[in-house]
Amino acid sequence: MTKLTHLTLAEARDGLKSGDFSAVELTKAHIDAMEANKDLNAFITEMPELALEQAASSDAKIKSGDAGAMEGLPIGMKDLFCTEGVRTTAASKILDNFIPPYESTVSGNLKKAGAVMVGKTNLDEFAMGSANITSAFGNVKNPWSADAGKDLVPGGSSGGSAAAVAGGLCLAATGTDTGGSIRQPASFTGIVGLKPTYGRCSRWGIVAFASSLDQAGPMTKTVRDSAIMLQSMAGYDVHDSTSAPMDLPDFEAALTGDIKGLKIGIPKEYKVDGMPQEIIDLWKKGEDMLKDAGAEIVEVSLPHTKYALATYYIVAPAEASSNLARYDGVRYGHRAEGELESLDDLYCKTRGQGFGDEVQRRIMIGTYVLSAGYYDAYYAKAQKIRTLISQDFKKAYETCDVILTPTCPSAAFGIGENEDDPVKMYLNDVFTVPTSLAGLPGMSVPTGLSEGGLPLGLQLIGRPFDEETLLRTAGVLETAAAFTAKPKMLGA
Amino acid sequence: MSALDKDTVKNIAFLSRLEVPEEKLEPIAQDLSKILEWVEQLSEVDTDGVEAMSSVAEMSLHWRKDEVTSGDQPDLVLQNAPDQDDHCYLVPKVVE
Repeated sequence: MTKLTHLTLAEARDGLKSGDFSAVELTKAHIDAMEANKDLNAFITEMPELALEQAASSDAKIKSGDAGAMEGLPIGMKDLFCTEGVRTTAASKILDNFIPPYESTVSGNLKKAGAVMVGKTNLDEFAMGSANITSAFGNVKNPWSADAGKDLVPGGSSGGSAAAVAGGLCLAATGTDTGGSIRQPASFTGIVGLKPTYGRCSRWGIVAFASSLDQAGPMTKTVRDSAIMLQSMAGYDVHDSTSAPMDLPDFEAALTGDIKGLKIGIPKEYKVDGMPQEIIDLWKKGEDMLKDAGAEIVEVSLPHTKYALATYYIVAPAEASSNLARYDGVRYGHRAEGELESLDDLYCKTRGQGFGDEVQRRIMIGTYVLSAGYYDAYYAKAQKIRTLISQDFKKAYETCDVILTPTCPSAAFGIGENEDDPVKMYLNDVFTVPTSLAGLPGMSVPTGLSEGGLPLGLQLIGRPFDEETLLRTAGVLETAAAFTAKPKMLGA
Repeated sequence: MSALDKDTVKNIAFLSRLEVPEEKLEPIAQDLSKILEWVEQLSEVDTDGVEAMSSVAEMSLHWRKDEVTSGDQPDLVLQNAPDQDDHCYLVPKVVE
């Protein structure tokens, strides 16, 4: 029998149903893997006892026929989702003692579906980063590091979730994506990452970064797993006024494998200067795979693409500076120690000690672009360009159904690289940010290996609330690419 | 307009309520200037007559009854307070 930690979510679900193994056995196998691979630093808080308790109750439910859609399946929860009674840090010192008295809607939905939470996964502090090097709880190591012969970043900000799934420490994990934080780490670790349409999943109880962009989504081993998990995560929530009051389609049923006649858009503006040849080749290969499956390839234009990243780095920090104003050392979280002269002194010291460098940098950028005299030149200008970027996509979808692009401009890089210049690090998100600004669903599918033997993903972008077509296309791409490579550490 | 000096950074830091040590002001000024210089490219985009976008959700917020749906849980609310007394948050003395 296949090792339990090598199963997909769908295989494990079916195995539990037919009684091949129990939820406790399945959970135990993943807890053992978690213990054996602590060097990845994928988890901030491990929850082995709670997980085994949950698994035992899942076994009882499976026996009595009351199983939920994800009953007994061990998953990781990004430590940005508030979990009742379990420490939630956002990978920040400022929240390192925070125990939420309530459950986020998405984690609650997954619990209700029967999923077993094995731990809270590491991330960039407040989800701000592209390499998982800004966490107050240390860097996360990419499971593919042994393949490269050096320590690689897993991408960010959902780097712990990506590493945990790729390394077989859980069957799937939640991520959140503000500018690429699900898709880029998925690409770096050879897994599937789906950022749903803005509004598909409730943001209630997710520690806020940039509220007009943040969206939760599944990080899984396969496209089918992605559909299964999204089904349990998504849905309207009265607590989030921006969540969409729409019924959910059956996402797994959308995986028909048939994309005949579907129009795939190739945006010419994504052929950026200096793009590595292997990325260009992979993109072309993906195009051919979809064409061979009966889709029609059309060129589309997204003329404002080159401005998306700069727009994002005004909009996101502006919203962050406002959202993070709540960390004041009064109501919860870290409070500065020592002599405090005034309330301002309490605020400044608490926040100066509690936030890391990248978070402070973004708070200051946000404060600056929102300050009197600069608001119109920066923030209002960026909001207008965001409109143009969104209109570009609308126009493109008049002639195509799904857009195909690379997920990232490179494979995973070494820990310590790209750190000299913040702008260089930001460039990682060049292909994922436009989708976020337009609120569209985007998905990274592992499609090939780099010359160095590291995974590379392609990104599919769909129409708003058309995750079905997105998943269907991703399923076809996945089958055609037949990406079966696994990191050496799995010993497969 | 994009190069920031140390004094400006000091002011932004205070507006952000962040205590930044003196020796870090200069490197932060350089980092922030680099970022602002880079976003400067947006000025070349013609945005005359373009509406500013604040939300991607193409829907109007719906109305609900203004009802109390939760509350009366002071212990839970104060559970994470760094310092508290008798259901009140405590802060350092700020008024003489």
